[in-house]
Amino acid sequence: MSALARSRRHRFAPMLLLAFALLVVGGAYTALAPSSAQADALDNADAGKGEALFIANCATCHGPGAVGTDLAPSLVGVGPAAVHFQVTTGRMPMQASGPQAEAKPPQFSEDEALDMAAYIATLGPGPSIPTEEQVDPALGSAPNGMLLFRVNCAMCHNAVGAGGALTEGKYAPSLMNSSPTIIYEAMLTGPQSMPGFNDATLTPDEKRDIIAFLMEQRGTNPGGLSLGSLGPVSEGVWVFVVGLGALIGCAVWIGSRSS
Amino acid sequence: MTSTTTSAATTEQAVPAPVAATVDYLDRRVGLGFAIRGLARKLFPDHWSFLLGEIALYSFIVLILSGIFLTMFFVPSMAEVHYPENALPVTMQGVEMSEAFASTLNLSFHVRGGLLMRQIHHWAALMFVGSMVVHMLRVFFTGAFRKPRELNWVVGFTMLVLSLLAGLTGYSLPDDVLSGNGLRITDGVVRSIPIIGAYMSYMVFGGEFPGTEVIPRMFTLHILLIPGLILALLALHLFLVFWQKHTQYPGPGRTDKNVVGYPLLPVYTAKAGGFFFIVFGVLALMGATMSINSVWNYGPFDPALVSAGAQPDWYMLFLEGSLRLMPGQTEFVILGWTLSLNVLIPAVVVPGLLFTFLGAYPFVENAITKDVGEHHVLDRPRNAATRTALGTAFLSVFFVLLVTGANDLVATHFGLSLNAITLVLRVLIFVLPVVVFIVTKRVCLSLQRKDREVVLHGHETGIVRRTADGRFYEVHKPLDEYERWVRVGHHVYRPLELPPREDARGVRRPGGRADGIRTRLSRFFFEDRVEPVTPAELAAAQSHGEHDELPAAPEGSSAAELAGTRGTSH
Ligand code: HEC
Ligand code: HEC
Ligand code: HEM
Repeated sequence: MSALARSRRHRFAPMLLLAFALLVVGGAYTALAPSSAQADALDNADAGKGEALFIANCATCHGPGAVGTDLAPSLVGVGPAAVHFQVTTGRMPMQASGPQAEAKPPQFSEDEALDMAAYIATLGPGPSIPTEEQVDPALGSAPNGMLLFRVNCAMCHNAVGAGGALTEGKYAPSLMNSSPTIIYEAMLTGPQSMPGFNDATLTPDEKRDIIAFLMEQRGTNPGGLSLGSLGPVSEGVWVFVVGLGALIGCAVWIGSRSS
Repeated sequence: MTSTTTSAATTEQAVPAPVAATVDYLDRRVGLGFAIRGLARKLFPDHWSFLLGEIALYSFIVLILSGIFLTMFFVPSMAEVHYPENALPVTMQGVEMSEAFASTLNLSFHVRGGLLMRQIHHWAALMFVGSMVVHMLRVFFTGAFRKPRELNWVVGFTMLVLSLLAGLTGYSLPDDVLSGNGLRITDGVVRSIPIIGAYMSYMVFGGEFPGTEVIPRMFTLHILLIPGLILALLALHLFLVFWQKHTQYPGPGRTDKNVVGYPLLPVYTAKAGGFFFIVFGVLALMGATMSINSVWNYGPFDPALVSAGAQPDWYMLFLEGSLRLMPGQTEFVILGWTLSLNVLIPAVVVPGLLFTFLGAYPFVENAITKDVGEHHVLDRPRNAATRTALGTAFLSVFFVLLVTGANDLVATHFGLSLNAITLVLRVLIFVLPVVVFIVTKRVCLSLQRKDREVVLHGHETGIVRRTADGRFYEVHKPLDEYERWVRVGHHVYRPLELPPREDARGVRRPGGRADGIRTRLSRFFFEDRVEPVTPAELAAAQSHGEHDELPAAPEGSSAAELAGTRGTSH
């Protein structure tokens, strides 16, 4: 019996074979899955359930069939990305009326958000939820993202995305905790006062570069405490509160040990 | 009471031979003994607020030390380079930028200790100006600028202006977006000056903004010219403090003719030397743990860019605020010339007024009091009510400008509307100083009244007694001489009584007009006043205060003291 034949009959052989087969299938799945995540995301979603959720929670403002009312705009054609963004950041369903719909802890699970997104998608075509690969920071170029971010976003969101004020009580929020998908969807759909950046203004690759840049900001800060990344004003406050405060304290101490 | 004698005791101690030999050597050649004896005799009054100037001094030393380190690695050039692909930070790899910016990044990420030095340098800069301003406030509110120290006030004021320039030029060197924005504003301000503005801008930038000249020029100004001037003025400043002697707070035995304090050597020198290390330590700690001006966040300068939260360092924030406060509609075109009042007023006129007030104040006050006496005993701020009120009103304007400069951050952090804040601040800039002035003056005058009260009737003790015939009274504890000295020693100015503008026959006399203005100003300053207790009043109060059972202060001495310390000028 040849060595090969003998090893084929080894009692571990079936198990090895099984492991190998699993590896191949798993590998194939992970290799293929990202590109079909979009399809998957909405494939597994149930537009019917989404419609029910919509009627129960959203129709009061957006109207039956999402055609819009005096209170809220029509959602026909806004696309699944807008719904996913608005619902998973907790902006929708909107509650208090203020200068802008605030992000809050989301009321619906990811699956429910996808169901509603699937329902809105049936009403008319619109921007779709990005795939894993489209938002993978590892595939983007942070330096290019930095250049793009400065030109397109920093005037509202601050140089590193710490947020900033707009007129009339509106503001551009901090991007420090936004997930890559949310960042992508925000660019794609342009929520409220934010302009939309369609694929002609910022190509999908450029959007990914911006995501890479923003993710790069979240590592440790080389200089120490970031003090909110708010720039010179917070630095000025700190120099008075911490620095000069401590030194004047010392001066009082030195002065008190005398007369 | 003057402690000149304390130093004599220390000279007797045994000294190690090498030290003695060295001192002897120097003594024979440069007369060191004379110098040391002089210094040891020199007295320095002790008070924590006299250390504020020292914080500025030590921050300046730290600035120079860390700055020397930075010059070794910084390249003041606007030549375009590509940042290396393999260098940190990741976000800058391969990006096109000026050499100045690239060398700043290199300094921050690849030079050992470079980022620490950068951060120490920047914190020290903020601390330098901050402590200088606080020091100046001390000098202002205590009246330390009065004769003979007006000149030293001017020297200090010049250093303040120079240090703002040092900050502005230093801030511009890294050539990042934020510093470029600062230069852009500078350019706009220069251009707003009528007629010569555009030419001046070309002169500053060596052509159209930003050009390629400005960073090398700023560099020369920042590391050579401005620090050199500050250093020279600093030497003059300290020499004048030394020569004119330091002022002292009012207290027992302290008059305009003596100095009560500790000898410069060794007590004061030891304290001051120790304080240097404390300042250095605090700045080093801040540099090590708190990031400041992280230029890689802003990226290389590009004239087309602005980001949210773009502000200058705090000492320039009032200018930014002034610009933000000004309504934008005030730009006119006259015969083809643009008159940008929307920039000229906030960025040239407003700071011009603020700084003129600061620089000229000692002379203005002197013109009003017509006081020719020398003052070495400081004022308690409450006793110079109008000055104190003017100072706080000034500060309130400055504060409104600071808040306006940060209005976007105020909006986001307090959930307010940017437009509403700006509107409110536009009103406040006019209303607040008036309110603050009135309130401060009232507070000062009531504190003076309280002082009178306490001197005449003593401290309230909270003990209530009942007399045999059923009356109630509260026991008051009379002040001791030390406490009383502080409360009665000051001089009270009265409004000038100048002859009227016209004589009895209605003829105008020369100088009548100026005197008229002076009389009015003097009335503004000194109309409302509270007279300190006179010895006679005190005696009267004490004679009918016999129901206070606690013993009164020794009679004779206090009356003499009082008489001796009452104001002496004109
Ligand atoms: C209280 C009323 C209200 C409710 C409830 C509400 N919305 Fe909205 N919604 C609004 C308003 C108002 C806007 C417009 C906000 C804006 O963009 O300025 C809006 C905008 C949106 C948008 C963005 C449209 C666009 O043009 O991008 C989406 C998507 C959306 N809503 C989805 C939902 C969903 C899904 C729900 C239910 C979970 C919901 N909304 C519930 C008031 C409401
Ligand atoms: C005109 C100002 C403006 C510009 C330019 C702008 N944004 Fe926004 N952005 C906003 C405002 C306002 C909101 C909040 C919208 C809301 O609450 O619905 C926002 C929200 C976002 C959010 C959602 C944050 C969260 O987690 O809730 C992201 C992500 C975002 N922006 C990214 C970007 C990026 C990336 C760019 C550049 C390509 C950009 N923005 C450009 C104003 C702006
Ligand atoms: C470069 C920054 C400055 C440094 C390093 C500095 C340093 C000092 C020091 C060490 C003293 C003696 C101790 C003290 O009273 O605090 C002093 C005194 C004084 N300084 Fe400054 N100073 C600076 C800026 C200023 C400014 C901006 C002003 C006012 C415009 C000013 C006005 C004065 C005056 C009038 C005195 C005498 C005070 C007295 O004798 O009571 N200085 N300075």
